[in-house]
Amino acid sequence: MEGGSTNVLSNFHHGSSTTSEAAFETLFRLHQRAVYRWILRIVRNHAMAEDLTIETFWRIHQSRARFDPARGFEGWARRIATNAALDFLRTERPVAELPEELPARAEADTAITAEIRSRTAEAFRRLPPKLRIAATLAVIEELPHKEVAEALGISVAAVKVRVFRALRLLRNDLSEQGIKP
Amino acid sequence: MTENEQDRVKNLLQQTLPPVEDQLSGDLWPRMFRRLEEHPAALATPASGWCWTWLDGALAFGILGLIAVFPSAIPLLLYNL
Repeated sequence: MEGGSTNVLSNFHHGSSTTSEAAFETLFRLHQRAVYRWILRIVRNHAMAEDLTIETFWRIHQSRARFDPARGFEGWARRIATNAALDFLRTERPVAELPEELPARAEADTAITAEIRSRTAEAFRRLPPKLRIAATLAVIEELPHKEVAEALGISVAAVKVRVFRALRLLRNDLSEQGIKP
Repeated sequence: MTENEQDRVKNLLQQTLPPVEDQLSGDLWPRMFRRLEEHPAALATPASGWCWTWLDGALAFGILGLIAVFPSAIPLLLYNL
C-alpha cells in the first residue's frame, strides 16, 4: 500500500503525460472527500464546497511541478484548499443571504435567541477573511491550533493572535448592536 | 478582553454556527474531468512544469546576438552561468 502510494505520488510529480494524468485521477478519487470536508468546514456551504474542491484540484493539477512527494500529499492539498477557500471568502459579499432559521446546536443555550444568533452570524461574516478562517477552524470546528497553523501556513502563535483579534472584533461589533455576549 | 469574555464570545459563536455535516453528493471526478477537458492546454503541460515563453526566446536571442557581435564575451558568460 505504501509502495503503491509512493508510486502514485511519484508518477503525479514527474511521470509521463499519461501516467501523470492517471496518477492525478487516483489522487483525486482518494482525497476528494477529505478536501471537500476541509473546505466545507471553512465555507459552510455544500455547493460552494464542491465547487472549491474542483478548484483546489485544478490548482493541484496546475502546480504539480512544485509538489514534493517526500512531504506528502495531504498537507499540501490542505494548504491549497485553504487558500482556495480564503480566496472565496475574500470575494464573498460582506453579508450573504442567511437562512431564515439558523440551526442551533443540540445542546443550545435557550437564552441565546434566534435573533442574537442571526446577528452574531452576520457580525462573524463581517470579520476579515484571515481572522474568520482562523476562528472558524479553531473555535467552531475546535481543531488543534497546530493543525490550523499548518493549514494556514503560519505559526501557532499567529493562529492564537488571529483568533483573539477575531473574538475581540466580534465582541465589539455585537456590543455596538447592543448585544453583550 | 478578559479570558471570561473570550469564553463567552466563543460560546456564542459555537451556539450560532454549529459544525456542518459532511454531505458530499457523489463522485466529483466527472466534473473535474470536464474542467480538464475544457482547458486542454493544462493537460499538455509537461510534468516538469517547464514552459518556453516569449521572454525565454527573447533572452536566448539576445545572448546569441551578444556572442555573435562580441565573441570575447563567451568566457564571461560561461563564468556567470
